[in-house]
Amino acid sequence: MIPKLFQWLLAGGAFVALWVGLILGYLDSDINDSTKDVILFLPVFVIVGFAIYSVTVICYKTATFNDCVEASKELQQDIKDATEDLKSKGFKFD
Amino acid sequence: MSANKEDKYSILLPTYNERENLPIIVWLLVKHLKCDYEIIIIDDGSPDNTLEVAKQLQGIYGEKKIVLRPREKKLGLGTAYVHGIKHATGNFIIIMDADLSHHPKFIPQFIEKQKGGDYDIVSGTRYIGNGGVFGWDLKRKVISRGANFLTQILLRPGASDLTGSFRLYRKDVLEKMVNACVSKGYVFQMEMIIRARQLGYSIGEVPISFVDRVYGESKLGGNEIIQFAKGLLYLFATT
Ligand SMILES: Nc1nc2c(ncn2[C@@H]2O[C@H](COP(=O)(O)OP(=O)(O)O)[C@@H](O)[C@H]2O)c(=O)[nH]1
Ligand SMILES: [Mg+2]
Repeated sequence: MIPKLFQWLLAGGAFVALWVGLILGYLDSDINDSTKDVILFLPVFVIVGFAIYSVTVICYKTATFNDCVEASKELQQDIKDATEDLKSKGFKFD
Repeated sequence: MSANKEDKYSILLPTYNERENLPIIVWLLVKHLKCDYEIIIIDDGSPDNTLEVAKQLQGIYGEKKIVLRPREKKLGLGTAYVHGIKHATGNFIIIMDADLSHHPKFIPQFIEKQKGGDYDIVSGTRYIGNGGVFGWDLKRKVISRGANFLTQILLRPGASDLTGSFRLYRKDVLEKMVNACVSKGYVFQMEMIIRARQLGYSIGEVPISFVDRVYGESKLGGNEIIQFAKGLLYLFATT
């Protein structure tokens, strides 16, 4: 397996090549102007789209990140139980 | 679910100044483990004399259950694991922190998961299902989620929690992986999972609740974000 870095470089390179090819090709073609604009700004759309996706995912995951309040309470109880039981077994706490 | 007769689990507990935490974690391990097991305590000459606490526990629970493999001075977490593995007699190894962030009640679930899918590794995860954290403010949650998102995009590791260190391994698998890993400290946990995927090992996941340490303080310190970024870039460029 080639490293992830090179996978990204390859994919990015392919995208840029395709994009440049399209731009060079459409200069003397008869596709309409609005399509030309879309092609021209394609990289910007991709980057902005990905940024929006990332922020959305991170916000959503943060908002739904479980607060383990119960686990914390349980641990407090565990500490009490353990301390008591260990003392009865002869363990010397400071 | 009853454990397989031959299976034995070695729990590695690296400790550095965990005097308050060690008795509690050991008590909880004894309470929750119904299988054949041993607890290997690797103390690095803690100034708070954690070793004395460990000896008391050995007196209570016996030398079969509590194995002490101390080292003279603080040599780091990565080598503490290597040191522990050398002395482990189980065919499975469980690695966890001794600071009560990792609760032993999850270990039976790890074992069940491992048996159910015949996994080479079972990794605890804070990021899926009922997993989660306690004691983290919004900022820490955002950073953690952001870092996790970036890791998933860049490395596609096939596991949801790379920086957690509550895991169960087949012993032979862990031995091979430790040799394949070059990084230490914080990055070590991340590299372990990436290498596991590379070597073709299967990974199961169990959601865990991570409760920030109650006693003592974190030793890894440094700037966690910088360490994480370095590790991520290193793994991104090399694996
Ligand atoms: N033997 C040994 N244990 C260590 C060392 N550094 C940390 N630990 C232990 O490793 C576990 C995780 O460390 P901790 O400070 O909680 O890291 P954090 O959870 O990332 O903040 C705890 O059980 C520590 O006592 C070390 O140099 N040697
Ligand atoms: Mg900790």
